Amino acid sequence: MSILHTVNKTPFERNSLESCLKYASPGAAVLLIEDGVYAALVGSSAESLVKSGLGKVSVYVLGPDLKARGFREDRLIEGIQVVDYAGFVDLTTEHDKVQAWL
Amino acid sequence: MSEVVKKFMYLNRKAPYGTIYAWESLEVVLIGAAFDQEVSLMFVDDGVYQLVKGQDTTGIGMKNFSPTYRTLGDYEVKTIYVDADSLAARGLTQDDLVAIAYEDMDTEEEIENIVEVVDAARVTELMDEADVVFSF
Repeated sequence: MSILHTVNKTPFERNSLESCLKYASPGAAVLLIEDGVYAALVGSSAESLVKSGLGKVSVYVLGPDLKARGFREDRLIEGIQVVDYAGFVDLTTEHDKVQAWL
Repeated sequence: MSEVVKKFMYLNRKAPYGTIYAWESLEVVLIGAAFDQEVSLMFVDDGVYQLVKGQDTTGIGMKNFSPTYRTLGDYEVKTIYVDADSLAARGLTQDDLVAIAYEDMDTEEEIENIVEVVDAARVTELMDEADVVFSF
C-alpha cells in the first residue's frame, strides 16, 4: 500500500519530517507543503536528513508555497520535484492514502 | 504624561504564513509605534524567514505582508537584529534578506539598511538590555 506523506512544519521547529522519513516505507512519496518547504532548500542543517530521505522515498515540494516564502527552484536540493496544486491532486490520486505529519 | 522611555524588543521566532505569529507581531509593532518607545526587532530561529526578500504569495491566496517590513523605519523602528547562527543553520546569508532604510525626521540622517546580523553573545546582551520583550 503506497502512501503520500505530507509535512507542513519546518525541520527546525518540529521533528515531523524526521519522523516521517523514519517511518515511511521505501517507495513512498513525501510532499513538503506550507512551512515544510524550507526543508527542501540547499545549505541548511536539515540538508543531510533530506538527502538521506531521497534515497528511500520520492520527495516533492509545493511550488506556490515555496514562491510565497521567497525562494526559487534553483535553491532546491537536487532530486526534489516541484509540483503545483494540480500535481498535489495527482499525487493524492496516485497513492492509496494521504498521511499528514503535523 | 509619562516621559519614561522603555526599550521594547519584539522577539520573532516563527516563519511567515504557516502560522499567524509573524503577521501578528508586525501588527503590534506598527500599533506600538504610537507610544514613542525605543523599539527594536529581533529575528531568531525560523523568524529569520520573515525577512527573506522576493516573497510572492499570489499562488497561495494569502496577503503578502513582507513589503511592510521595509516601512518599519517610518514607524520609528531604528534597530533590527538577525541572529547569525539562525541564518547559517538555514543556509541563508544577509543577501537573502530585505534591506530596511531609516531616516531620522529631525536630523535628516539616513541609514541605508538597519538590518544587522549579530552573533549569539550580542543577542544575549540585547535581550538583557531590553526592559520588555514581546514574544512571537
